[in-house]
Amino acid sequence: MKVRLQALAVLSSALFALVFLGAEKPRPRVEPIKARIGVISIITGQGAGYGEAITNGIRLARDEVNARGEVYIDLKIEDSSGKQEQALSAAQKLIHSEQVVAIIGPTLSNEMKVVGPEANASGVPIMGTSTTAKGITQIGKYVFRNALPESQAIPASIGMAVKKYNLRQVALLYGNDDVFTKSGFDTMKEVSENRKLRILTVQEFQKGQADYKAQLTKIASLRPDAVFCSALYEEGAVILSQARKMGIKVPFVGGNGFNSPKVIEIARDAADGLIVATPWFVDRNDPKVKAFVAKYEKAYGKKPDQFAAQAYDAFHIVANALKAAGAADRDRLRDALAATKDFDGVLGKFSFDAERDVVMEPNVLIVQGGKFRVFQ
Amino acid sequence: MFLEQLINGVTLGSIYAIVALGYTLVFGVLDIINMAHGEIFMFGAFVGMLLVSKAGVPLPVAFLGAIAVTGAMGFLLERAALRPLRSRPGASNLASLISTIGVSILLENAAHRIFGAGNHPFETPFAEIRFPVGPVNVYLVQVLILLISLLLMAGLALWLSRTRGGKALRATAEDLTTAGLLGVDTDRMITVTVVIASAMGGVAGVLIGMAFNYINNQIGLSMGLKGLAIIIFGGMGSVYGAMAGGLILGLSETFVVAYGSSGYRDAIAFVIIIGVLLVRPQGLFGQAAPGTGH
Repeated sequence: MKVRLQALAVLSSALFALVFLGAEKPRPRVEPIKARIGVISIITGQGAGYGEAITNGIRLARDEVNARGEVYIDLKIEDSSGKQEQALSAAQKLIHSEQVVAIIGPTLSNEMKVVGPEANASGVPIMGTSTTAKGITQIGKYVFRNALPESQAIPASIGMAVKKYNLRQVALLYGNDDVFTKSGFDTMKEVSENRKLRILTVQEFQKGQADYKAQLTKIASLRPDAVFCSALYEEGAVILSQARKMGIKVPFVGGNGFNSPKVIEIARDAADGLIVATPWFVDRNDPKVKAFVAKYEKAYGKKPDQFAAQAYDAFHIVANALKAAGAADRDRLRDALAATKDFDGVLGKFSFDAERDVVMEPNVLIVQGGKFRVFQ
Repeated sequence: MFLEQLINGVTLGSIYAIVALGYTLVFGVLDIINMAHGEIFMFGAFVGMLLVSKAGVPLPVAFLGAIAVTGAMGFLLERAALRPLRSRPGASNLASLISTIGVSILLENAAHRIFGAGNHPFETPFAEIRFPVGPVNVYLVQVLILLISLLLMAGLALWLSRTRGGKALRATAEDLTTAGLLGVDTDRMITVTVVIASAMGGVAGVLIGMAFNYINNQIGLSMGLKGLAIIIFGGMGSVYGAMAGGLILGLSETFVVAYGSSGYRDAIAFVIIIGVLLVRPQGLFGQAAPGTGH
């Protein structure tokens, strides 16, 4: 039954593409496609900072899209407070009473684990902009994301560092009491093994530790070509500082937790030589990025962060797909979304793979002279 | 590497020892559990940081500033959280435990408000001075930390055993009422003790900032718990026990990382403490508590 339905959907959309899109091309649309899109984000409680950035990015994109006149989108923003059950009831409200054509959000991977199946079962396309955990888009064929998982960011930064510095032997250092830093470490270890790098030692630390000298002394004595360090920026900055003071001058490759201007603020000169990969680089020399940053800064009084940028691009991806679909229809929109290829956003060129997951080239950055710069 | 790790371990151990000395005065001698001690030395660290990094005053002035602030905090703590409970009939030692926990939570959140969350760099040119000893570099700060911890230990031991004030303090610790009847101003003795312990916390805070380059409003909690463990390990109220316990914990933590697994750093250090306590429940230098049948 399910297979037949799917086949029917594919067939009808193919037919639709043939008959409709082919004929319609040159004529400008007089009446914009009207659609209602739901957003689930953290508006209150802990993590509200993320929700603020995300909804700011989405609102900015909405205004741009509506001003263009091809698509008119009505936003319905719901608060999840970062809680699974609240995210689920928000999704049910959006799907069944508001009759949205698609959902952007929720913010956390945990929330997506319960909201994703609900949207998928109801046939509503849903797109995570910050859900980086494993297995998100595998929930079902209506689930998308444009959040770059660490498992893609870390290989990019390690790859560049290996090429540039001709690394042969490395030391690994990670926080063992945090799921996020542990999973970053797992990726680092896997990538090192795949690239046949010799792992001299694996050192661990705990959150909030003040003294890393014992671990760093051991690392220094083994003379690695680089240190791969999976840490959040608070610990990471202190590690960098103590390492440099101890005379460890080699490059550090960090995970996404290291990707914060705070590292430079805390570690200062010691942050030089830190390499990270990130989907979003605010100082990228690209007119589109510059325009977005200027517009965002004017509207909200601060520079957009990664969450704002990802949400901004996600909204444009959905709006583009809506235009391609030609009508506010959930199934047509899903197929148009899945066909997104080389979308040119502020994060760079973006496509979905066969599993609706991210295909993009992350920015690899290095800290030099107290600033993040493109690593070449 | 052995020599470098030895220096790392002795430095960490000396810092633990200074923190533990502050506890041992109040907790061990007076039998008052001062849970706010960790937060007081955290404030000392922040005052030192502000004076050195922001105001740019010389280091000795920063030490004096930190001592003044933490000493004043000790005075206020005694007046606000300890004395009102002591004079009440029926108030047990646990009452002061709870009130000092309250003060510690208050101080931690106040620090969050005043200084902000996260790590703050502790920058002083003094912390950069180093000299080679054989194959390794030794920082002057590391020598200073060891010297200060030894000096504080010796000074406290002398004060407690050889001076009238120390004698009065021990009398107060032994029996508050009797000491009072014999003409000891017990309230004053307790205030002096808490102020001295807090001022030592101020010294410890500045030293921690110089040793690790960073401070945050959580160091009071993490260091404070270690300090508590050390005075039980070293023996309640024993000045030498605090010193030895601090060094043993610092060295074992460091060498677990150097020759074992860094993931088990705290676990192995505390297994050692538990092992020693099973053999000597009174701690390394402790005397068996009276009336327990030993």
